Amino acid sequence: MQGEEKQYETVIGLEVHVELSTKTKIFCGCSTRFGAPPNTQTCPVCTGMPGSLPVLNRQVVEYALALGLALHCEVNRYCRFDRKNYFYPDNPQNYQISQLYLPVCYDGEVEIALAGEQEEKREGNGNGAPAGAAGTGRKKKIRIHELHMEEDAGKLVHEENGDCSLVDYNRSGVPLIEIVSEPDMRNAEEAIAYLEKLCMLCRYLGISDGKLQEGSLRADVNLSVREAGSGTLGTRTEMKNLNSFRAVSRAVAEERRRQIALLKEGKKVVQETRRWDDTKGGSYPIRSKEDAEDYRYFPEPDVPPVVISREWTDEIRSRLPEFKEEKEERYQKEFGLSAYDAGVLTQSRHLAELFEKTAVLCGNPKKAANWFMGEVLRLLKERGREPEELWFSPEHLAALIKAAEQGKINQANAQKVFAEIVERDVEPLSYMKEQGLETLSDEGALRLAAEEVLAGNPGLVAEFRAGKEKVFGFFVGQVMKKTKGMADPGKVNELLRQLLGKTE
Amino acid sequence: MELLQMQAEELSGKIKSGELGVWEAVSFYKERAALAEPETGAFLTLTEEAALKRRADEVQEGIKSGRYQGSLAGVPVAVKDNICTKGLRTSCASEMLENFVPAYDATVVERMQAAGMIVFGKTNLDEFAMGSTTETSALARTKNPWNVQHVPGGSSGGSCASVAAGEIPLALGTDTGGSIRKPAAYCGVTGFKPTYGRVSRYGMIAYASSLDQIGPVGRSVSDCAALYGIIAGNDPRDAVTSKEEVRIPRTALSDASEAVGRLKGMRIGVPKEYLGEGTQEEVRKAVWEAAALLARNGAVVEEISLPLTEYVISAYYIIACAEAGSNLARFDGVKYGYRAKEAEGLQEMYRRSRSEGFGEEVKRRILLGSFVLSAGYYDAYYLKALKAKRLIKEEFDRTFASFDCLLTPSASETAPEFGTSLPEPLRMYLSDIDTAGVNLAGLPAISIPCGFGGNGLPLGIQLIADRFCEETLFCVARAYEELRGALPAVWEREDAGKAGTRQESRGSRNEKDAGTAGMKKEERRECNAGRGKAV
Repeated sequence: MQGEEKQYETVIGLEVHVELSTKTKIFCGCSTRFGAPPNTQTCPVCTGMPGSLPVLNRQVVEYALALGLALHCEVNRYCRFDRKNYFYPDNPQNYQISQLYLPVCYDGEVEIALAGEQEEKREGNGNGAPAGAAGTGRKKKIRIHELHMEEDAGKLVHEENGDCSLVDYNRSGVPLIEIVSEPDMRNAEEAIAYLEKLCMLCRYLGISDGKLQEGSLRADVNLSVREAGSGTLGTRTEMKNLNSFRAVSRAVAEERRRQIALLKEGKKVVQETRRWDDTKGGSYPIRSKEDAEDYRYFPEPDVPPVVISREWTDEIRSRLPEFKEEKEERYQKEFGLSAYDAGVLTQSRHLAELFEKTAVLCGNPKKAANWFMGEVLRLLKERGREPEELWFSPEHLAALIKAAEQGKINQANAQKVFAEIVERDVEPLSYMKEQGLETLSDEGALRLAAEEVLAGNPGLVAEFRAGKEKVFGFFVGQVMKKTKGMADPGKVNELLRQLLGKTE
Repeated sequence: MELLQMQAEELSGKIKSGELGVWEAVSFYKERAALAEPETGAFLTLTEEAALKRRADEVQEGIKSGRYQGSLAGVPVAVKDNICTKGLRTSCASEMLENFVPAYDATVVERMQAAGMIVFGKTNLDEFAMGSTTETSALARTKNPWNVQHVPGGSSGGSCASVAAGEIPLALGTDTGGSIRKPAAYCGVTGFKPTYGRVSRYGMIAYASSLDQIGPVGRSVSDCAALYGIIAGNDPRDAVTSKEEVRIPRTALSDASEAVGRLKGMRIGVPKEYLGEGTQEEVRKAVWEAAALLARNGAVVEEISLPLTEYVISAYYIIACAEAGSNLARFDGVKYGYRAKEAEGLQEMYRRSRSEGFGEEVKRRILLGSFVLSAGYYDAYYLKALKAKRLIKEEFDRTFASFDCLLTPSASETAPEFGTSLPEPLRMYLSDIDTAGVNLAGLPAISIPCGFGGNGLPLGIQLIADRFCEETLFCVARAYEELRGALPAVWEREDAGKAGTRQESRGSRNEKDAGTAGMKKEERRECNAGRGKAV
């Protein structure tokens, strides 16, 4: 069985919808904020009132161009919107303003990183790239067919035991970018790596939350199978309703199995749209090609064509951020971080930028990395927060790291101050002073305390001198207790050794 | 009836000077409308008396305080019922929107209100502006004030009829393929269709978005220009509106002798395709008479050819219907408008609401539009029509490289009788030949009354200028109007109390005209002579 299945190759192309995080909708001034009461973020335009007209939000074009350039696409200097006509109540005008004939960007490519050599080695369509520099991973280029802008539809709410459905148009007109890949992926791992890459790009560009689970990124999987080595594509199906990476992975496996089973039985795969049911682990057809609607696309007459000058694209290109891969590499080279640490710290552009600023300010990138890998991530995890929610000043964390390094605060207190920095962005030095968290730097007081401890425990001092090294820890503990934990343990150690040695 | 004779600007002048109260003027027209409406049927909705009074008082106050100082402050205006008016039913003369009350004002309505004008009521039209006679209105029948057996033309039939009947000094119409100019010609009033992109369409219920344009209907070129001045100009809510400055030749409009003076050397083309076979002889003659008049006063008139005119109607109907099919998709019974009762399920609700809510002509055009955009036909029809549109536009561009203005009939015949147009839709479509090319090319054009046909019904000529050259157009139109001299109004016949005598008198006038028919050649020679001089 296993051996037989190997004869088939899976061919996958993805259509990804990204919901943009612009403040206002694509064709009107309504807010795009999520979660408002139904139909409170609407106007004549996004509810399709008679006589209303769409006016393009230029920010949407900028976002689309930014993503298109990040995906190494060509730009249509003259791009235009088209109407896609279909009736559905969530679509107030009964047409969607989208792009068919002249999409904003086309013919791009994106490199994805894959874990290992594994089963993909045999594939030989020329798309496979040589293994990455690290030696363990493999890289592959996925071609982008096109990228276009369009408007989202509203939401239907089906009354549970009522006989009617309600429509909420808050989402109607929220801007979307659709990215259509070429059928260049061969398995779920590649599809997921591609999706992760898109998410990462969107987040780095700040154009979308890029979250599959929350629907700000939606993926439809086009999948076909063919006999290994065949140069022609098999009949494909389109899978919808994939709300997690896990769902994508399961759906790919299941659809591959289903199609191969059909072919083995001598049956044909029907070109159709299917809906994935993640709880059942299977899919069912919702539309076949025959009853696919004729969308009667035609150029949108109400939105003038957008002329995209070279200056405009150059300007957007110049504003593109340093992306994850470049940052990762630089952190390893410049800061001497491990590949693992560099990978983790660059998961979020915001986190990476906080780290980088802190590292430069405190002058010790490795220390800074340790703080981020340890304290920052722990705190985020503890509180269930996203890196994007961090808002402290890197100056403050850098000052704290320096203070700790100089022994001005001990580790336990430093953690307390750190929590305050994260919570309220306090200035650490004045806060330490205010709260009395500075280590006891007054040598005289510390010496007095140490002398008292030793004088109060003559028996133990004798034991120590007799070679019982273990009791030393007790002395340190006592001094710390006496100084209410304010002393720098290093200093206490040093001082005790000194005193014990002296009297010897 | 001194008030009735006043043009809108004059009326506003009297109001601003305090000689006349706003409510006095409005009441006068209320009475006029009450008198004429049973016969004309131009209005679908009249602003309620209380609201009208409130608004009149507000405007009166605004004039006193200096807030309203514009040339049409205090003037009541009628609005075609496919233009949204907040709180005032806007039906598109369709059962689909019979009870639709918009939540917002169209930009043009806002601008008229900001200029101190008073929305008097909403006028009848062909359902969703689809028709050339106003007969496709599902809600009312509007008659031609000159002869109630005849149609007023369409689709802005109510606006033109109301102005012609003296029920209102000014009105707004919309023009997608001639819907202002044709009824203006049929009703003997002046109707102006601005350059595409001059006037905001925000709040106009779309028929064919790439062709629709709102424009004024009035008793004179000057009144139309004044209203155009108020409604025109960039609107951030309509992305296709131009930022180009709106220019109105104010001195030429107020001083006709200046307008006539500016005719000198003006190059005017008369495209022969607009005077071809389907054109009535008396229409042809009227156009050449107008040409001769302009030539005698210094214009250089020349017969020209626009060979692509034969593709205008096909291209126009394909594009207009394609857009209409999509634009009217929103009327589905879900959000507003007519919803079929007790429909089972969504599909049946859609099907029945639309089948019952729309009239025949609207359904015909939606079907046509869906057909020309459907898979396999897009290239053969829609794409070809777009190409034809581009070529037609280029043909006009070439023409306007050597001409300031074109002169054509506004319609190839006088207003037809009721019931003769709708049974033959194709013939009705073909009757848009004089006007639809202008929409395809996005040009400004004006229809001006030029006399009467043998049946006593008005005739109109059309002047066309290059895009954004409204200034030239108004100058030539104003000059022609002056040279033509005053024409009788409908109520002058009413005042006489005997339609028959008027018919007779006009009959005799026509006999006289018929006598001059032989002069056509001579006049042409005159025109050509004019050309000879200039070239």
